[in-house]
Amino acid sequence: MTAVPGQTVGPFFHLGLEYPLMNELVPPAHPRAVRLHGRVTDGLGAPVPDAVLEIWQPDPQGHVPQAPGSLRRDGWTFTGWGRAATDPDGHYQFATLEPGATEPGRAPFFAVTVFARGLTDRLFTRAYLPDDPDVLAADTLLESVAPDRRATLITTREPGGLIFDVRLQGDDETVFLTYPRLRDAWA
Amino acid sequence: MELSQADINREIEAAARHPGGPQPKHDYPPYRSSVLRHPKQPPHLIDPESIELWAPAFGHRDVADDEADLTIQHAGTPIGERMVVAGRVLDGDGRPVAGQLVEVWQANAAGRYRHQRDQHPAPHDPNFTGVGRCITGADGSYRFQTIKPGPYPWRNHRNAWRPAHIHFSLFGLDFTQRVVTQMYFPGDPLFGYDPIYQSITDPKARELLIAQYDHDLTTPEWSTGYRWDIVLTGTHRTPLDTDEDVA
Ligand SMILES: [Fe+2]
Repeated sequence: MTAVPGQTVGPFFHLGLEYPLMNELVPPAHPRAVRLHGRVTDGLGAPVPDAVLEIWQPDPQGHVPQAPGSLRRDGWTFTGWGRAATDPDGHYQFATLEPGATEPGRAPFFAVTVFARGLTDRLFTRAYLPDDPDVLAADTLLESVAPDRRATLITTREPGGLIFDVRLQGDDETVFLTYPRLRDAWA
Repeated sequence: MELSQADINREIEAAARHPGGPQPKHDYPPYRSSVLRHPKQPPHLIDPESIELWAPAFGHRDVADDEADLTIQHAGTPIGERMVVAGRVLDGDGRPVAGQLVEVWQANAAGRYRHQRDQHPAPHDPNFTGVGRCITGADGSYRFQTIKPGPYPWRNHRNAWRPAHIHFSLFGLDFTQRVVTQMYFPGDPLFGYDPIYQSITDPKARELLIAQYDHDLTTPEWSTGYRWDIVLTGTHRTPLDTDEDVA
């Protein structure tokens, strides 16, 4: 069966995709909340003010959340999924918890999806926690990426937060991902 | 210099001579805003792991039943051709994608979005927002009642018009199946002129985005009906994983 092709989210995605608290996986006042944020920029380094990012992540213990409630947040249930649109400066932000390792020794990361006006199809990437160089060095994806591009997949720590910029095009272009069954679907 | 439709048509024809397969081309110059926004590096192939082998869970606590009816969100009835869009969401192996979120958004019958950035001087409809959500049934089925959207102009080039469409956002059984796309209507005369639709250079793949008129979905004295079945890419989870999901 042939998979349906994607299409751009266009300029009016806010209408259909935005909802209250979409980027607050936990309330910002949560004692363990971190601010995951950054800028989306184009091939000239200009901000992309009409992009939308989604994150999908395990909880701090490394468990994959399977509770519903991402669209109607109750303030208590960690669903592991959120969505954020960029502002006029191309900036997005999430309030969330840090992902844990799903297995001992695995490098924790946020799975990230990027959509934008001007982007004909969505892009996938990962945003790794930056803290443990040994775990990062042993990661299957990171070790398969050219060394000078690895940093595009790793967040930067700041007080109370993690920075993850997305560069859609250019010398420091973010590494975007594909998976076997996507590639095969379109082979 | 503002480009004409003829200029864009030439670019569309040129791109069609180098088909990029059934997915849209990321690098598609006729769609002007893609020029600086497409990655130039090929995507990096990896086996999905951990969180990527799962999809977020949505359920009936996320979406109220009446969110699937875009015609009852205001005091009055929206203007336009009332229609039902229904179908099934299947994964690449033909299995239903059950209990998963479907989001839609669209212009009103006049081709105007209820969005501050939409400057098209066509009327708003106070009785139409143009946003719907539903959770798929056990057989992957979804159903929306809405108003047929109108075509609308945009600023890609002079006299650029989008064919009528409904935006669809879909989730699968794992993270890698996530897709946002657009559903079109049969025989739209604007297909050939639209660089967004034509960014899919394989004609057979483009047809997958066109709903079919379905008289069985049409209701006497009430609404027309269109069927659109949606196949996602395959899941990377083993059948055992997904069986556990169903259990
Ligand atoms: Fe649209």
